[in-house]
Amino acid sequence: MNFPILSSLILLPSIGALFLFFTRGSKDNNITLKYVALFTSLLNFFLSIYLWILFDQSTSQFQFLEDVVWIKGFINYKVGIDGISILFVILTTFITPLCIISVNNSIKKRLREFLIAVLIMESFMIGVFCSLDLVVFYLFFEAGLIPMFLIIGIWGGTRRVYSAFKFFLYTLLGSVLMLVAIISIYWISGTTDVIKLYELGIDAKYQNLLWLAFFSSFAVKTPMWPVHTWLPDAHVEAPTAGSVLLAAILLKMAGYGFIRFSLGLFPVASEIFTPLIYILSLIAIIFTSFIALMQEDMKKLIAYSSVAHMGFVTLGIFTIQQQGIEGSIIQMISHGLVSAALFLCVGVVYDRMHSRLIDTYGGIVSLVPKYSVLFMIFTLSALGLPGTSGFIGEFLILMAAFKDNFLVAVIASLGVIIGAAYMLWLYKRVIFGKLVNSDLKKMLDLNKSELFILICLATPILVFGFYPQPLINTIEVSVSDFIKFYNMNLISNLR
Amino acid sequence: MNNLELILPEIFLSLSIMFLLILGVFKKDSSKLIQNLSLIVLLITAVITFNETLGIEEILLFNDSIIIDYLSSFMKIVTLLAAFLVLVISSNYLRTYKIFKIEYPILILSSVLGMLVMISSNDLIVFYMGLELQSLALYVLATFNRDQLKSSEAGLKYFVLSALSSGLLLYGCSLIYGFTGSTNFNFIANQLNSNEYALTFGIVFILVGLAFKISAVPFHMWAPDVYEGSPTSVTLFFTMVPKIAALTVFIRFLYVPFLNLIDQWQMILIFLSIASMLFGSIAAIGQTNLKRLIAYSSIGHVGYALAGLATGTNDGIQSSVIYITIYILMNLGFFSCLLMMKRNNEYYEYLEDLSGLSKNHPLLSLSLLIILFSLAGIPPLAGFFAKFYIFKSVLEQSMYFLAIVGLLSTVVAAFYYLRIIKIIYFDKEKEKYDTDHSFWLKFSLIASTLLILVYFIFPSQLIEAVSRINII
Repeated sequence: MNFPILSSLILLPSIGALFLFFTRGSKDNNITLKYVALFTSLLNFFLSIYLWILFDQSTSQFQFLEDVVWIKGFINYKVGIDGISILFVILTTFITPLCIISVNNSIKKRLREFLIAVLIMESFMIGVFCSLDLVVFYLFFEAGLIPMFLIIGIWGGTRRVYSAFKFFLYTLLGSVLMLVAIISIYWISGTTDVIKLYELGIDAKYQNLLWLAFFSSFAVKTPMWPVHTWLPDAHVEAPTAGSVLLAAILLKMAGYGFIRFSLGLFPVASEIFTPLIYILSLIAIIFTSFIALMQEDMKKLIAYSSVAHMGFVTLGIFTIQQQGIEGSIIQMISHGLVSAALFLCVGVVYDRMHSRLIDTYGGIVSLVPKYSVLFMIFTLSALGLPGTSGFIGEFLILMAAFKDNFLVAVIASLGVIIGAAYMLWLYKRVIFGKLVNSDLKKMLDLNKSELFILICLATPILVFGFYPQPLINTIEVSVSDFIKFYNMNLISNLR
Repeated sequence: MNNLELILPEIFLSLSIMFLLILGVFKKDSSKLIQNLSLIVLLITAVITFNETLGIEEILLFNDSIIIDYLSSFMKIVTLLAAFLVLVISSNYLRTYKIFKIEYPILILSSVLGMLVMISSNDLIVFYMGLELQSLALYVLATFNRDQLKSSEAGLKYFVLSALSSGLLLYGCSLIYGFTGSTNFNFIANQLNSNEYALTFGIVFILVGLAFKISAVPFHMWAPDVYEGSPTSVTLFFTMVPKIAALTVFIRFLYVPFLNLIDQWQMILIFLSIASMLFGSIAAIGQTNLKRLIAYSSIGHVGYALAGLATGTNDGIQSSVIYITIYILMNLGFFSCLLMMKRNNEYYEYLEDLSGLSKNHPLLSLSLLIILFSLAGIPPLAGFFAKFYIFKSVLEQSMYFLAIVGLLSTVVAAFYYLRIIKIIYFDKEKEKYDTDHSFWLKFSLIASTLLILVYFIFPSQLIEAVSRINII
């Protein structure tokens, strides 16, 4: 009997949350709460690193499989990972402890509930990336709404109620159609087990509608233009840790879902709808980049840049080429790190000045030198400077796009330029220039915990920027087999 | 008469009612005693039902007018347990409003007796008898706080409208009797000739009557007023217990005598279901009174249960039974919370009274949070699985329209449940509520919340429990 390492990864944060629930804490006892949460999430992180070490990179088979009867004769609780999903699991376990450290400065009230929500969220997010049954996937995918709703609603900014509702209802509305599709798949194929479904394939005549149903859910979650409007609101109002979770991991669920389910289960439909995805992605890249250029609120700007970056991701996925999908996965990981770091950077200055408006700042480079350096690294990574992880993803995606469709690739490349424009302009307005606002003079540089978090994030960004081989090795075999399998399926369906 | 033990629950219950009534009349200040005895009676009846009838596949009694099968036994046990819990958690409420009288438990017992008869009926006359017995008791229960204008109004409204629907129902019965020559379900099934339009009229009339009893749109008008006006403990009873019996009759009526006419009634049921789901979720948005809100939400939930029935399959019936069971559990939790909102001898029932509850009563709000998310059907809570089974059986029959409308209305419904959560968690706190709740109230809240929360770990148990329901 093997040790159920994936279930442990899923369960551990929840157990930690339960433990927190029963920890008697007074107002001074906050430190204990934090340490319990931090300990749990770090343990989970080390467990996931151990998982990465054990992971066999030479095969595309699902590994660490666990298969238990859950609803008799209907659904099995089935989890397992392959090269496509493992990086997301590690990303989740890496980001969560950083979120927990970051609450030091930003969360003032109801700390216990906040930590519980974050830990439960971690459970659900890992569950999404591990589950190999559609119903189990849906369960984790939807369950994440509850803690996120509370995180935005309780600890958010002034318009938190509106944003929390918008986030919840948008995502729920997108997802219900996916539920219809999942149950329909059960009646069409007799199973919701993803591995079996890969083998059986789904009849081509059903694929279009099913693809659209899944698309409605993933498009909202990605988010793709024109259903992206919940994201800026949710990001702006959520507390820093909430924004980080949202940008770094929640958005990746959809990208992962596109690869695993839309491409994996419905190759024929994916082929048909690729132009749609291309168009929506291009609009997302160009249009939201221009919107980002106009923003006066730092968080909003980064939120719109997320939409643009996810546009690259969807573009890359639907090129259905080795570089495209690899690039998308790396772009998602990199965006997870970079956007988390950028939101934390905004959080740092927000905690000091209680303003997110770009106008408030300016000329702080000499006041906060450490902050300025780190912020620069993240800005450059966000615009895809060679030597940062942002470059690898974008470059691979564009390479695949050029192979597939020249025009699409040219337009997408334009997006890179606008992306550079808004990020650099943001940096210039915040960090350089004249010091006009005299309140800023009191601003302190990064404290130890902030410095630690940001360095933790900067390290992988730079390391993988110069040496992406560990990431590529992990995903390479899975992706290439996945594409072979996709093409095989396509041909057999068309025949 | 060698099968008398099979109706032992009914016999025992009716004898106990008579005994308790006499005891209550002759013994002064006996309301507490009667209350406790009634609880024991309900438990014993449940145990008898469990022992005597649960193992029975199907037996017909008294010229086939009574049926004992797994469905009836299961539903009887659910009814009895639900009635037990309602009775046990309502005593503090009744005491506060000085209506803790001997009649209250006795009326509940008699309406439960009526429901047991309904659940077991295999004959139009028997069914009607049971229905009237439970309704008469319910009319009185609705007016139980007779010094309050709203309560009396609720009782009167309920009585008039319910009498009207009973009349329609009886008219439908007479039509069916006229065209088939019998009131027995099995006999009717054999005599059916689907070309008889008048027979369809009969079915429609009966369906109208039944839809009224479970408050499905468009026969729901009474529900919000009655739910709001009645004492909260009675509202709790209304939202839970009569629905079980009415749903059982619905199942039996549609699937025993009229299964062959499924084309005729399926459309009606789909309409009732869609209308209830949509109306229930949209109309609840504007409500400020929690009891009224839960009335609309119960209309919506009935819509989902009916969606399962509309499929015309065993799977559909089973999913409806699961749905109603989980729904009762959630309602129990919700009303336990409502019965805890008491301050200075007064109960609060408006949405704004929940404002900022989470600061003063973190555990109560957490339970309410779980219950509300479950009512909204968000995984991994029990409410999601209830909906999931319904849509699974609906989609098996490729009824995509019904499924999509149903799921879209869950999104609308989620809005008003979220609004309650918003008021509890995001708004400013008010004064504290009392915390000296009775043991049973705490028990029912904690038990229902925990069951809702951990249902996803053991989803197979309930499915296995209902998998023996075999009507077709």
